[in-house]
Amino acid sequence: MKFYKLFGMMVLVLLAVTAVAVSAQDEAAGDLEIFSWWTGGGEAAGLDALIARFSELYPDVNIINSAVAGGSGVNARAVLATRVQAGDPPDSFQVHAGSALLNLYGADRMEPLNFLYEESGWMDQFPEGLLDLISSDGNIYSVPANIHRSNVMWYVPGNLEEWGVTVPETWDEFINETCPTLQEAGIVPLSVGQTWTQMHLWENVALAGLGVDGYNGLWDGTTAWDSPEVMQVFETYGQILDCTNDDRDALDWQPPAQMVVEGTAAFNVMGDWAAGYFLTDLELEPGVGFGWTTPPGTDGVFIMLSDTFGLPIGAPNRDAAVAWLKFLGSPEAQDIFNPIKGSLPANTTAAIDDSELYNAYFQDAYEDWTSNTIVGSLAHEAVGAGEFQNGFSEIIAQFSAEHDVETATIVAAELAADTLVTD
Amino acid sequence: MRQGEPLISDRLKAVLILIPSIIAIAIFVYGFIAWTGYTSLTNASLAVGSGEYVGMDNYVDLFTGLRHERFRTDLVNTFFFTALFIGLCLSVGLLLAMLLDQHIKGESFFRTIYLFPMALSFVVTGVVWRWLYHPVQGLNALPTLIGQPPGEFRWFISQDRWFVFNWQDLGGYISAFIFIIDIVLVAALVYWNRRGGRLPGFIVAVMLLLSTWALLEGPQQLTALRRPETHGFNLAIIAVVIAAGWQMSGYTMAMYLAGLRGIPEDLREAARVDGASEWGVYRLVVLPLLQPITLSAMIILGHISLKIFDLVYALGGGDNPYIDMPGVNMFFTTFRGNALGRGAAIAMILLIMVALVIVPYLRTSLRSEHEL
Amino acid sequence: MYATLIFFAILFLIPVYMVLVTSFKSFSQVSLSTMWNFPTEVTLDAFKEALDKLLPNLLNSFALVVPATVISAMIGSLNGYVLSKWKFRGSNLIFTLMLFGMFIPYQSILIPLVQFLGSVGLYGGIPGLILVHVIYGIPITTLIFRNYYTEVPTEMLEAAAIDGAGFFGQYQHIILPISIPGFVVVIIWQVTQIWNEFLFAVTIVTGADKVPITVALQNLAGSQVVEWNVQMAGAFLTALPTLLVYILLGRYFIRGLLAGSVKG
Repeated sequence: MKFYKLFGMMVLVLLAVTAVAVSAQDEAAGDLEIFSWWTGGGEAAGLDALIARFSELYPDVNIINSAVAGGSGVNARAVLATRVQAGDPPDSFQVHAGSALLNLYGADRMEPLNFLYEESGWMDQFPEGLLDLISSDGNIYSVPANIHRSNVMWYVPGNLEEWGVTVPETWDEFINETCPTLQEAGIVPLSVGQTWTQMHLWENVALAGLGVDGYNGLWDGTTAWDSPEVMQVFETYGQILDCTNDDRDALDWQPPAQMVVEGTAAFNVMGDWAAGYFLTDLELEPGVGFGWTTPPGTDGVFIMLSDTFGLPIGAPNRDAAVAWLKFLGSPEAQDIFNPIKGSLPANTTAAIDDSELYNAYFQDAYEDWTSNTIVGSLAHEAVGAGEFQNGFSEIIAQFSAEHDVETATIVAAELAADTLVTD
Repeated sequence: MRQGEPLISDRLKAVLILIPSIIAIAIFVYGFIAWTGYTSLTNASLAVGSGEYVGMDNYVDLFTGLRHERFRTDLVNTFFFTALFIGLCLSVGLLLAMLLDQHIKGESFFRTIYLFPMALSFVVTGVVWRWLYHPVQGLNALPTLIGQPPGEFRWFISQDRWFVFNWQDLGGYISAFIFIIDIVLVAALVYWNRRGGRLPGFIVAVMLLLSTWALLEGPQQLTALRRPETHGFNLAIIAVVIAAGWQMSGYTMAMYLAGLRGIPEDLREAARVDGASEWGVYRLVVLPLLQPITLSAMIILGHISLKIFDLVYALGGGDNPYIDMPGVNMFFTTFRGNALGRGAAIAMILLIMVALVIVPYLRTSLRSEHEL
Repeated sequence: MYATLIFFAILFLIPVYMVLVTSFKSFSQVSLSTMWNFPTEVTLDAFKEALDKLLPNLLNSFALVVPATVISAMIGSLNGYVLSKWKFRGSNLIFTLMLFGMFIPYQSILIPLVQFLGSVGLYGGIPGLILVHVIYGIPITTLIFRNYYTEVPTEMLEAAAIDGAGFFGQYQHIILPISIPGFVVVIIWQVTQIWNEFLFAVTIVTGADKVPITVALQNLAGSQVVEWNVQMAGAFLTALPTLLVYILLGRYFIRGLLAGSVKG
């Protein structure tokens, strides 16, 4: 556009004055900007360890760690979307595998990485199902750093004993027996936080209610959002919400997790990054300070999400970004990052059997990862990313107060019809 | 206009000096608004192949699409927030200004305290008040310091709602309201005609337009939702009102105080001589003279409350519908939901609301200057 | 009367009390049940940690505020001079159209702004934000200077004109020397506004190391364990510069405040 050029000139004149005052903000050659939402605890520590090792390998590259806070990357995604809209992508950025990567960014924004996979022999090292989630038309668009599980329920074994409850087998049992017992004792039966953690809880309840096929059907159009089955899911979910802490909308994910280990709440459904929080930040011993199981009705299924990093088209320092991605996918990097972050390695040649690195929780989870049925997480953008997820979080937020099942399902049906890409 | 016959080239210089600013404002304000307006008529998003022209779809969706309850909640929230916020700032501001006007000792000390929150960022205010609003402790714990039970109100995460109504009925209420105003206006016209005065043509024109709109059932169409949807006064708004009022009522006080200081002592003295009590002096002399200031304050506060973004963002983030406002929704719709078209539509509606308040104000400012 | 004044003063100071008692506590002392108590032991840990995390952002904010304020004050002074002393046909209309720019909700120009800055390569850093603040600062700075210069007697300029001073000569010799109070008002106003601004900062600047202090403070609140003492110390640090300006130059600050509301 001509007016851009014209105005660009004016801007430059104006800025000539400014430039003197502001020391050079432009990145010098060799800078590599990595964008993520890992700002605290095990996440940040894991990233720092990765960066430290990378800097040893590539001393000439200066890594700029652009991390934006906000649980599950809610704010970070907003910031990243802004940058992509402005045509100013970072060199490499964190993006969840699945629809977040493929539908939001995909072929016009990302460079295919097949050359990197072939050159590094990764084609056989990453599980095929995972590669499917990051590929479209045979092009692979990112490098997975880890695997996380969404369906984990946390508790403290000793506390449950003391309160005289057991881990519920079904949500009905939880609602009808576990919840009243605990509420009478003044314990919050299930702790939860703000909207995205509620959505996280919802996907676990939905999987239990709909089964694997029904849950997958939500995304490809074979399960109707206003069907009696989905209505039943919301019904159950509403009853579960009644068993949660009522300051939930003020909390991110850590305080609810903390409530469990402090003994003010009995259970918490949160992804296994909570393990990293318990281990690294709170220094608790697995199995004693905290215990885990799958939430009711999700045994044998693994709701997965994977943090991946991609190479955007127009990355300012492509060479450094490629080096970073090549390092990230290597077994060495995966074994540096994942034990600290509290996640499973995505590269199957990583040393998962090394109990020095991966403790009891991870060994347990890895077995499930290799043997269970895998489905994608909604709250973490493996499915339904973008406009559907944004709209669904509004539905969840409204539902939090009103528990209006009919409205929720009708609106969700309309949202799905408008926004889900069914192929 | 100056008489000193400056050289023509000086005149040209004056215009040339102004031109960069004119161009900047023309592009960055008016050009960008037009651009946003155009975007709001498309389905632009990050997705490939988006950006098709879709007419008024985004606007229609926001008002009547089942998916956009959040936007309608925003409108209702904005209405209550604006009303309460203006009310709080005006009453506290006027009270403090009147007290300070009594030539008391330590005036500047008190004034400094009442005004300091104005120097802060809304983000700071939000962060600090979020701590004060902690549902268990914070302000709720204050009563326990004097042996009372703690407060139960959950502040910005409260989900309580008063004056509950159905969105579908709102159109009818709006029409009814317009007709009532019409009747009042006609009565006023008759009355004023007898006294030989005239109502501003601007108001009459606006009311004619609104009435036509109501007669054509415009309000009903605007709220023609397929299913009932409850809205109401979300009590969580009170938390935002208090934090915003804390920050801005000192400002209102400063405006009133400047106004009070501008009233000549003679006028008050004259009223006192006529036997008015001290309260009577205020009621009969001072308050009427403060009316223009009240109007200015309402407009300034009103446009701030319509635009509010940072305070809500810092208090509760983007997912709390009970304190959500259009400015916040626009940000999240655009930059998290990637729905640029709809985000632009929200922005345009926000702009129209602000313009309705500001444009008449700027018009009268310009006109009053011509009369000078 | 004094009772009412003192009552309100206490109300206004409650948040300050809370910020101070919380920020002087160590993390282990911050517990909900003793939230209102004085710290049992005064420590600067929270300030150290907040400063550690926010120092780069404080510097960013200075790097933003200084040039943006200086440039917009200069532009405002020249515009105000023209619009008060060199009026021409339509200049009042232009002025009013300009003023509208200071009232608009910035959301209504945000999407094009982001796209524009991206296409000229100014997106993501402080220089782009400076440009934005300079441009959207034109209306208010122009308004304040115009009103200020309107008070200057035209005779003074005429006398200078007789002595042969032209457009710039009159500006330099008559207007500029008496502009100091106007500049103080405008500078204080712009410094506070730009320092405190959030919407542009959060959308236009990216990268934890580049964002100004307001955004960094908000991000501090969103991370890991809720360290209220660090957050309160951060809030205090963020507020300090503008508070100092307010306390030291309060008179001019109020004048700027009122300029924003008094008719143009």
